[in-house]
Amino acid sequence: MQKRSEILKTYKLFIGGQFPRSESGHYFQVFSPKTKKPVANVARGSRKDLRDAVTAARKALPSWSAKTAYNRGQILYRMAEVLENRKEELIVEMVKMTGCLHKKAEKEVTTCIDRLVWYAGWADKYQQIFGTVNPVAAPYFNFTLPEPVGVVGIIVSDEWPLVPLVSKLAPALVAGNTLVLIASEKYPLSAITFAEIIATSDVPAGVVNILTGIKKEMIGHLAKHMDVNSINYTGSDVSVLKMLQEEGSANVKRVIAHDYPKGEEWLNNAKAQSPYWIHSFVEMKTTWHPIGI
Amino acid sequence: MFTTGDLKIKSRVDQVGIEERAASLSKRSIKKETKKAGIKLAISMIDLTTLEGKDSAGKVEAMCQKAIRPLDPSTELRVNDDIPSVAAVCVYPNMVSIAKKALAGTNIKVASVATGFPSGLTPLPIKIEETKRVVDMGAHEVDMVIDRGAFLSGEHKKVFDEIVKIKEACGPAHLKVILETGELETYDNVRMASWLAMTAGADFIKTSTGKAAVNATLPVTLVMLETIRDYWYETGRMVGMKPAGGIRTSKQALQYLVLVKETLGDAWLSNKWFRFGASTLTNDLLMQLVKESTGRYQSLDYFTID
Repeated sequence: MQKRSEILKTYKLFIGGQFPRSESGHYFQVFSPKTKKPVANVARGSRKDLRDAVTAARKALPSWSAKTAYNRGQILYRMAEVLENRKEELIVEMVKMTGCLHKKAEKEVTTCIDRLVWYAGWADKYQQIFGTVNPVAAPYFNFTLPEPVGVVGIIVSDEWPLVPLVSKLAPALVAGNTLVLIASEKYPLSAITFAEIIATSDVPAGVVNILTGIKKEMIGHLAKHMDVNSINYTGSDVSVLKMLQEEGSANVKRVIAHDYPKGEEWLNNAKAQSPYWIHSFVEMKTTWHPIGI
Repeated sequence: MFTTGDLKIKSRVDQVGIEERAASLSKRSIKKETKKAGIKLAISMIDLTTLEGKDSAGKVEAMCQKAIRPLDPSTELRVNDDIPSVAAVCVYPNMVSIAKKALAGTNIKVASVATGFPSGLTPLPIKIEETKRVVDMGAHEVDMVIDRGAFLSGEHKKVFDEIVKIKEACGPAHLKVILETGELETYDNVRMASWLAMTAGADFIKTSTGKAAVNATLPVTLVMLETIRDYWYETGRMVGMKPAGGIRTSKQALQYLVLVKETLGDAWLSNKWFRFGASTLTNDLLMQLVKESTGRYQSLDYFTID
């Protein structure tokens, strides 16, 4: 009998709740570090795919940011539930893609699940931590509350297949933003499998958009885009940082860059999760409310 | 003189052919300088429209400012390009005098809908009176609707006679006849209604009111453009075309311009003979234009709401 040939999956982009191929038709391949053979074809996102993703995110923003904090928490928790259910699939895929041990991949996926649950819990609490009632010497009730920044672009670190993506996505999402994530160029498969989990976890279409491809082909356009309100970058490449800040100045983008966590720190809850990460994805609004008149 | 016999001969549309041709013409790639020129042409062809029950004097005045100077001056500096004014504003009768005042001293025309817009189901004397009033108030153009109920029940003569009467009532004002193609069911009907309206004296034929479930589409527009062409071959009279409703993006606008160019040629490629009935289209055209000039995708945050 003829030997069965394995069907390689094409990992497509995640834009507006759909999984389109790149508008450009381009793709790239991910190779197994062990066999040096291709593991999968991955869509290579273009400038126009990025544009479409931002349009989808903008469209999804009003309804997502208007959801109750409680409901956003529920949806994050739902993502954790579905991920728990499908963790074996992700682990096997990671092993294939990175050549790491099953145990290491499992540790990464379970960290991601727990992190989603952790941020789901913060959904209706961070406002109370970051919000303040301010003493003022005038007849006003003066208070400050966090609000979503808007459409947030996240350049995901290449260090791990999944944990950097989840660690940034969760705080940004729980704060009521809509996201355009530029997935790891080195490990794009987990990002798209995770997108399939997002798509089946009650997250409305367009709230999360994930692009795979060559980072340097996309981040410039992300930084230039006038409809992106904030960019989040993890890394220490000074030229990237300089570019983000220069291009972002046109619409006064909030550029948030951190050179941590690094390596094993991503799995360390003390280093890679914090309510202050939610703080990175909000704007503070102060209201002066007249009293005693 | 018009007879129903005329119509039968002139109303054969190949549905598959029209849809394929419209689809193939919409695939042209228009980039860079050509795109910029096309966008500017499209801006100059817009009938900037507000036809809502909640229209107020303030809204119409703000829209007229946008009509005169579509792009905010601070953005314009960055674009470093001449942005034309739009062709006309299109409003309800009660807003004509307000628009007229706001546009005084400019070349921008004031168009008013009339004849019981959007249904056209009012008695003829009232339609005539309404038309006369809006022209008296200073409307340069009148957008009338046909009585679709009458048309679909075969009373073509009634529809024809009404258009003739309204054309008389218009006097010097230009008459645009809205066919409401979304309610005419077939391309054959669209072609028949177009021919009927032109024979009755329409200066422009227009697809839709913007109030129906289906508004302007490329195939319907192509049918109407071809009817205009055939009418021109037969009578030598040029009639204008105005697709309206549902045209929201620059890409769509450019596709319509391609249809005009390929069906009627350069003679029709000006706001004297072709108009877009639109409101949100303006901002998309401006955003694309600024994007072409600056290389940055734009955000609606930086464009006025009209």
